[in-house]
Amino acid sequence: MNIIVCVKQVIDPEAPPASFQIDSASNKAEMKGAPPVIDPYGEYAVEAALKIKDANGGKITAITMGIKLLREVVKKPLSMGADELVLLEDESYDGADSHSTAYALAMATKKVADYNLILCGREASDTNAGQTGSGIAEILGLPCVTLARKIDINNGTARVEKVTADGYEVVEVTLPAVITVSNEIGEPRYPTIKGIMAAKKIDPVVWKPSDIGVESNQVGNAGRKTAVNKLFQPVHEGKCEMAEGDSPEEAGANLAMKIREAKIL
Amino acid sequence: MADYKGIAVFCEVKEGKLAPISTEGLGIGKKLAGDSGQELCAIVVGSGVAEATKEAIAYGADKAYVVDDELLKTYRTDSYVAVMKKVIDQITPQVLILGQNDIGRDLAPSLAFKLGTTATLDCVELAIDPDSKRLLQTKPIYGGNALAVYTSNTDPQIVTIRTKAMTPLAPDASRQGEIVNIDAGIDASAIRTKVVDTVVEEVAGIKLEDAEVVVAGGRGMGSAEAFAQLEELAKLLKGAVGASRPPCDNGWLPDTVQIGLTGKIIAPELYIAVAISGSSQHLSGCSGSKNIIAINKDPEANIFRQARYGVVGDWKKVLPAFTAKIKELLAS
Repeated sequence: MNIIVCVKQVIDPEAPPASFQIDSASNKAEMKGAPPVIDPYGEYAVEAALKIKDANGGKITAITMGIKLLREVVKKPLSMGADELVLLEDESYDGADSHSTAYALAMATKKVADYNLILCGREASDTNAGQTGSGIAEILGLPCVTLARKIDINNGTARVEKVTADGYEVVEVTLPAVITVSNEIGEPRYPTIKGIMAAKKIDPVVWKPSDIGVESNQVGNAGRKTAVNKLFQPVHEGKCEMAEGDSPEEAGANLAMKIREAKIL
Repeated sequence: MADYKGIAVFCEVKEGKLAPISTEGLGIGKKLAGDSGQELCAIVVGSGVAEATKEAIAYGADKAYVVDDELLKTYRTDSYVAVMKKVIDQITPQVLILGQNDIGRDLAPSLAFKLGTTATLDCVELAIDPDSKRLLQTKPIYGGNALAVYTSNTDPQIVTIRTKAMTPLAPDASRQGEIVNIDAGIDASAIRTKVVDTVVEEVAGIKLEDAEVVVAGGRGMGSAEAFAQLEELAKLLKGAVGASRPPCDNGWLPDTVQIGLTGKIIAPELYIAVAISGSSQHLSGCSGSKNIIAINKDPEANIFRQARYGVVGDWKKVLPAFTAKIKELLAS
């Protein structure tokens, strides 16, 4: 089983919302004072790949696209147990939308060539676009199953538990296929010391657009089919009326009184 | 691009009826059609959809394109993408609206890539730009920390809308609309996935999405057992119990009651958040609530930025007194 996992570097979504800032000139956001991290949704995809590797053996190749990729960040899949890391790192990859992201990643998977399964997170925590997996599948002509909470591989077929609003569906798909992974797959494992040491010794491969057979105007910002007209932070009224009291119990009772007075009850 | 015109809404049929999210799609679709002087059409796809088609017209569609086929009874990516591509190629709408739910979030991106156009998922606002006449697609990003307004360079401009973000029109059963049947023409062998089982994880009582009152707990609840106290309050208020992500990840509650960006998006009259810090991803799921009430021991908790009333304190002490007082007030 050879698995490709697409995972990106993002601003830390777990940082306190107060540290979130938008630079309106560049339409880019940052978490002030918090270093970037591996996308948590992508980490679930890495975890799914590792579970399959645990059960079936094989090789995991992580692919990360972006600029200013911090090696200690993008190597996390390696320290968790992935075998190889490919970086699509070049200025021309910057500013991609769903279309140019899926296109570049799909072309990179073609260059990896030897794979049975492509995994992505259900969405990325920065764009929340939720399209990369479906897009790669469509570009490569592969079937796609979204929102996996469990994946079992048997005789070239993936049996996927797909999250639905009311529970889940069990879906079977013949490999090769693209599967997107939801957080219900289970907490990603922590890197082991051994894994961290092994990751240190692995040099990521860096592919420029020409390495994956595309023009630089087909990827990143130049390859976009959408435009961001505006990016802004929603304004919260921030007017919470606190119920007070001499004790927590009294405050609780006063809270009930307040909502009765406001006729919410 | 000149060939593309009209606003189309993908209409989902659930047990023979038009899904609520599709009435919301028709509601905003009607507005966009009016603002741009275009026609609103419904694309009704499923098996046994005659009644839902009538509903689509009652809810505002000027015209309905109907694809009714036994093979479309259950959603499969391949069959629905094939059918929708066929319909879109025929009617070439400028805008296509779907719901951000099990079907829409899977169908919209696949269809967009198949058609060589774009999709923007989970829109909370849609409008026609008065200058460019393009669709302004507003969507929360960065887990709800920011809103982005996108435009697409290609047609059809495909979007999914967030549940309860748009308002349906009042249905008018006397409305008339043309109905056009389109043959599905599905090749069953081209459906590459097979559903071998569908598991419904029953939740007792009122469904979270339908409840007027939702009582939800977060990481600070500390255990599965602690949720019994939320059940008690929910029962009292004839509401449902939900949770932020950590209790579901910890297995205290089933994943189906998770409220947030990757779970349920709800908009009840009253949302009571107990021991929930209020991450942006969680607030994405409940910020549409009419009134948010929060109990949290951290005065700086983000949930208080959205709450109307709150108490800073340990829920273990605050909540029983709150519930008792509610009981007393309801009895009087």
